[in-house]
Amino acid sequence: MEFPANLKYTDDHEWLRVEADDYAYVGITDFAQTELDELVYIEVDTIGESLDQGAVFGTVEAVKTTSELLMPVSGTVVEFNAALNEAEGDDPTLVNKDPYGEGWIVKIKLSDPSEVKELLDAEAYKKIVA
Amino acid sequence: MKDTPLSQKHIGLGARMAEFAGYNMPISYTGIKEEHHCVRNGIGVFDVSHMGEFIVRGKEALHLIQRVTSNDASRLAIGDAQYSCLPNEQGGIVDDLLVYRLPEDQCAEGEMAFMLVVNASNIEKDWNWIEQHNSFDTQMINISEKTGLLAIQGPKATAALQSLTKVDLGAMKYYTFVKGTFAGIDNVLISATGYTGAGGFELYVDSSKTEALWDAIFQAGAAFDIKPVGLGARDTLRLEMGYCLYGNDIDDTTSPLEAGLGWITKLNNGDFISCEKFKQQKAEGLSRKLVGFTVDDRRVPRHDYPITDGDGNVIGRVTSGTQSPSLGYPIGMGYVPVEFAAAGSKLFITAGNKQLAATVTKAPFYRS
Repeated sequence: MEFPANLKYTDDHEWLRVEADDYAYVGITDFAQTELDELVYIEVDTIGESLDQGAVFGTVEAVKTTSELLMPVSGTVVEFNAALNEAEGDDPTLVNKDPYGEGWIVKIKLSDPSEVKELLDAEAYKKIVA
Repeated sequence: MKDTPLSQKHIGLGARMAEFAGYNMPISYTGIKEEHHCVRNGIGVFDVSHMGEFIVRGKEALHLIQRVTSNDASRLAIGDAQYSCLPNEQGGIVDDLLVYRLPEDQCAEGEMAFMLVVNASNIEKDWNWIEQHNSFDTQMINISEKTGLLAIQGPKATAALQSLTKVDLGAMKYYTFVKGTFAGIDNVLISATGYTGAGGFELYVDSSKTEALWDAIFQAGAAFDIKPVGLGARDTLRLEMGYCLYGNDIDDTTSPLEAGLGWITKLNNGDFISCEKFKQQKAEGLSRKLVGFTVDDRRVPRHDYPITDGDGNVIGRVTSGTQSPSLGYPIGMGYVPVEFAAAGSKLFITAGNKQLAATVTKAPFYRS
């Protein structure tokens, strides 16, 4: 199981990758996708909304489980990965196949970048799921 | 948490494990969907050794069975199996189970013998319940711990397993069994049963021989692309057939008539527990029924989600729900008032802040 060192993690099994200008990508961890099993649908209906840290920004449906997606930090949801749902030939299992890459779920604009340093680093997250 | 004879084997195969009914069980090996398709189209093997088995033997064994179960066990010939349930005194269900009428080679003159196969989560409850009603000249033996059980399911099961036994598997009728030698192991109870709707066999074996049986099956099945299958796919397979899962779709508060189990509730057969209650219920008409429904949305209904009518009134709860791997859309079951129970009736399922449109559908959802 992978825990890339350049990401931040939450104990709800989301990851965050900060980019330039306070933008960041958010997804679910390799551990989360393994536990959920194959995803069948991802719903994000919060595009454009400003959400607090821990707020629900979407839902993932696996065959046997439904799970809410929570904001790792406060921010505005600016983009949903169209390849997971809305595009022609969409494929939510990209999250299973490549959870830290093509399987990113949303892009957000951070509203309080200082929250990022409170998140778990790879080593700390690894201990939680070990 | 207890191990089945194969728990360590599943871990070695890389299965995702979880506790189920006190046992360390495989949920999936490679993915629920893939395992599901493997059973529908080919052949898959489940370790269901956690299930409970009781032997009921004696001069009045049939009387005890007829008293505690709702189906008519007097119709069973030696070598027949029957799906049944244990009603409680309030007209609910203690458990659902299989009743096997066993050969009488172990019996004294005038005795009969049965094997009851019960849900793992209910072993103790069922044992106490049946024992409590055993005022008959009949002995009960709990063989759960020393019995392994493998379910080999799928359209290729007969072809893949035939090399392991002289018993003519293709000639066995659904819900019959024989005791015989299988993969060189004596005294295997070979049962043409299963809870997947995909056909196949269930093999009851001495727990110490379960691993040898598993290994022989995988060797013989290799040419048929046989795969191990976990409890995740077991649930999606049974739900596609509209089969009830105890604790979800039926429980101590649900009537077998409401649950669509009238076919195993033989009201003319006399004097089983709550028989009079069920007769009355039938005469007065049911107020609610367990229905299957399909969902016209990509969100999936789950256990305990509210079911509402078009005006937002809660009229029931989802008892089981899943994405159907065979059909590619969500399906579920739940209890609704009879006026909503006809096929084609429109329902809504509350998923968080969304209302999912659903349509009542006659089970099974999937037909091969």
